[in-house]
Amino acid sequence: MLRSHVLPVLALLVLLCIAPLVFYPIFLIKLLCFALFAAAFHLLLGYVGLLSFGHAAFFGTGAYMCAQALARWNLAPELALLFAVAVSAALGAVIGFLAVRRQGIYFAMITLALGQMVYFIYLQAPFTGGEDGIRGITPGHFLGVVDLSNPLALYFTVLAVTTLAFALVWRIVQSPFGMILEAIRENEPRAISLGYNPTLYKLAAFTFSAALAGLAGGLKAMSFQIATLVDVTWQMSGEVVLMTLVGGIGTFLGPVVGAFIIGGLEQYLAQSALPAPVILGAAFILCVMLFRKGVAGTAKSLLQNRAPKRSTPDNPETQATNRIVK
Amino acid sequence: MEIFGFPPQLILGQVLIGLINGSFYALLSLGLAIIFGLLRVINFAHGALYMMGAFAAWMTQAWLGLNFWAALVIAPLAVGLFGLVVERAFLRSIYHLDHLYGLLLTFGIALLIEGMYRYWFGAAGKPFTTPDVFRGIWDLGFVIVPKYRGFVVLASLVTCLAVWLLIERTRLGSYLRAATENPDLVSCFGINVSLLTASAYVLGAALAGLSGVLAAPIYQVTPLMGTNLIIVVFAVVVTGGMGSLSGAIITGYGMGVIEGLTKVFYPAASSVVIFVVMALMLLLRPAGLFGKEA
Amino acid sequence: MPKSAVPTWGERPMPDPVLSVTDLHAWYGESHVLHGVTLDLKEGETLAILGRNGAGKTSTLRAIMGVIPRRSGSVKIHGRETIRQKSHAIARLGLAYVPEERGIFASLTAQENLLLPPVISPGGLAIEEIYELFPNLAERRNSPGTRLSGGEQQMLAIARVLRAGGRTIFLDEPTEGLAPVIVERIAEVVAMLKTRGYSMLLVEQNLAFAQAVADRTCVMEHGHIIETFTAADADSHAASLQNHLGV
Repeated sequence: MLRSHVLPVLALLVLLCIAPLVFYPIFLIKLLCFALFAAAFHLLLGYVGLLSFGHAAFFGTGAYMCAQALARWNLAPELALLFAVAVSAALGAVIGFLAVRRQGIYFAMITLALGQMVYFIYLQAPFTGGEDGIRGITPGHFLGVVDLSNPLALYFTVLAVTTLAFALVWRIVQSPFGMILEAIRENEPRAISLGYNPTLYKLAAFTFSAALAGLAGGLKAMSFQIATLVDVTWQMSGEVVLMTLVGGIGTFLGPVVGAFIIGGLEQYLAQSALPAPVILGAAFILCVMLFRKGVAGTAKSLLQNRAPKRSTPDNPETQATNRIVK
Repeated sequence: MEIFGFPPQLILGQVLIGLINGSFYALLSLGLAIIFGLLRVINFAHGALYMMGAFAAWMTQAWLGLNFWAALVIAPLAVGLFGLVVERAFLRSIYHLDHLYGLLLTFGIALLIEGMYRYWFGAAGKPFTTPDVFRGIWDLGFVIVPKYRGFVVLASLVTCLAVWLLIERTRLGSYLRAATENPDLVSCFGINVSLLTASAYVLGAALAGLSGVLAAPIYQVTPLMGTNLIIVVFAVVVTGGMGSLSGAIITGYGMGVIEGLTKVFYPAASSVVIFVVMALMLLLRPAGLFGKEA
Repeated sequence: MPKSAVPTWGERPMPDPVLSVTDLHAWYGESHVLHGVTLDLKEGETLAILGRNGAGKTSTLRAIMGVIPRRSGSVKIHGRETIRQKSHAIARLGLAYVPEERGIFASLTAQENLLLPPVISPGGLAIEEIYELFPNLAERRNSPGTRLSGGEQQMLAIARVLRAGGRTIFLDEPTEGLAPVIVERIAEVVAMLKTRGYSMLLVEQNLAFAQAVADRTCVMEHGHIIETFTAADADSHAASLQNHLGV
């Protein structure tokens, strides 16, 4: 498992290090933030089997809290990020406490509704600046030395933080905790009979996922020097679902690939006459109808059996993708 | 006379507004419940179908020059027909998958429809005039009711009742209820369940279309009018539980009234009160007010 | 019976059996549950299928009805091939399905349950006739279906297919979980149906019940039919039957 990932991960890191030669750093930062956001979301979907439709609440909270700390309290960037993570985690614990009482589509609807509630709260709360958002952020010096006003320095700081966060996700997924999560997903009654409390584990995973989403939002606010309502909307929640779906549910790198594709697509579509929702909606439909394994899932099964099997509804391969996680 | 320091007219007025919102919640969550019963799909496109109903009403008025009553018939039919296409073209091929895929697919459909409408019609609202008969007010003595708003409440009550009777008291309704419980067995009796499933979606879509027509004279007819509404309706559905149709209707009106009353007592919370009620319900009774399964 | 022994005038062909199943395979997802079932049911005959839990008895009925989506082989009903047909179309060829655990709908009253199956061919019983045969059901007609006792639910499950007019009845473990006195009552009903000329395919674990009503008996194991014998030969098969049913 580990070895099969070393090469792609290393390749990806090398690519990301030379990417600023080709792309604007700020664009790459956006992709990294989306990738981390998607990984946070996928931690819940891929390993616990819970589809949250309200993850923008944590992404946006992270963005607002980081912006608040930087713009109004003049905290150091690393402390502002920590603050963003802490508040997002706390919000995650509260929302998770309510949401993990149900599963499946109910869980999705509940997280969507609670996410919308958070949106309305931020819409009305004075500190968020309503439609204007929090502006006037000066990112300062990361750890007191790295000057974040330099785009390249900013980019490599964000890259370092996201890489660390990904390493943490990997560590958690491989830990006994991650194994128990998967056991709960596979067979909840059996996990209970083994003495585990699934609700507690789900809540812990939810909180952790919210904290990571908050980190992603915080990084975005720090880099773009603005936090707005866009980051809290349900459209943002939907977008992260789409990234994961496009990338491939149930694969570690899938969300990253998906985030890069959707992030890139959005950039490209910014000049298009068609509104982005049309393309995103069509992508959703296509993925669900024809491409449920996503890019990474398809690549994985192509690598596993070089001669791809015929895809019929009764093929075991296809059967496996009938469930949303393996 | 005052109630908690508020004049009763104000409270009754807000209850009425609450009932109007509740009318839409009831019609939409009823449609969602019918669709969920047979398709096991949470229809995220429901808000888009509602918006299409409102636009269809606007088109019958602006393009065809027909009156409100024509729109009241044409728009639900048109939206129902569109629902038939969606069900046959997309939904039917994913019934065997995890139910979450249904949510994702209909989410995509909603984005696509709303995006296209924005592309075609722009984001600004379209005017829709209140039919002449419903101009003015009814003074009921204790409260003043704008005629059209009274009509909306009545029309939705009558529709909910009619749909409830259709499902609880007719032969077709017994097919639908039985197929909700055990579609395989129903097909073993020689009933075409696939057709039944399509009709359930068409019925739900038509109800959303009807809500859209009713909403057209009250709210702005815009491509995004259904997006926020559908999330509130989801909260209504979670609160009520998917167990029963009458539960969906009652919860719909109840949530509308609660929302209306919050506007009197604590206006700042009125946009989130439904979500708070949902959260409380999850604490007290996770299956929902009328829900059966946990 | 050799064909020459039948006195024939002209070229009249043998009547098709009501149901003729050849090499039927069926799969639930990836698990292969039927491995080539072959059986036929003659007009007016009662054929019992015996076997342990998981032998494939219920799956055989479900596969014939077409509610197992993936199946192969041949299922002919009155000579017509149905392997590619949808279950509702198959049912309309005259099949009357009484499922395991009775399949009474909780959201329908007893009477609604009774009236649910559409009439698929003429000659079904009128509702008054049914209430005469099953007076209990008349009393409880307005109760929700699943509030009825187990025995009443089984009667209801049989009664509702009699109304629809199908002449080939599939009975899936009609005695399961019922008290002996109720089982006797069910046996009477099945005997009555026999005298009325219905063809029946009966899935059972209750050996005594099956032997009392069946003209022929098949024994299933691991998705195959391993032996078939007539009621007359039942005694000579008793030992192997005990063995296969594992009682």
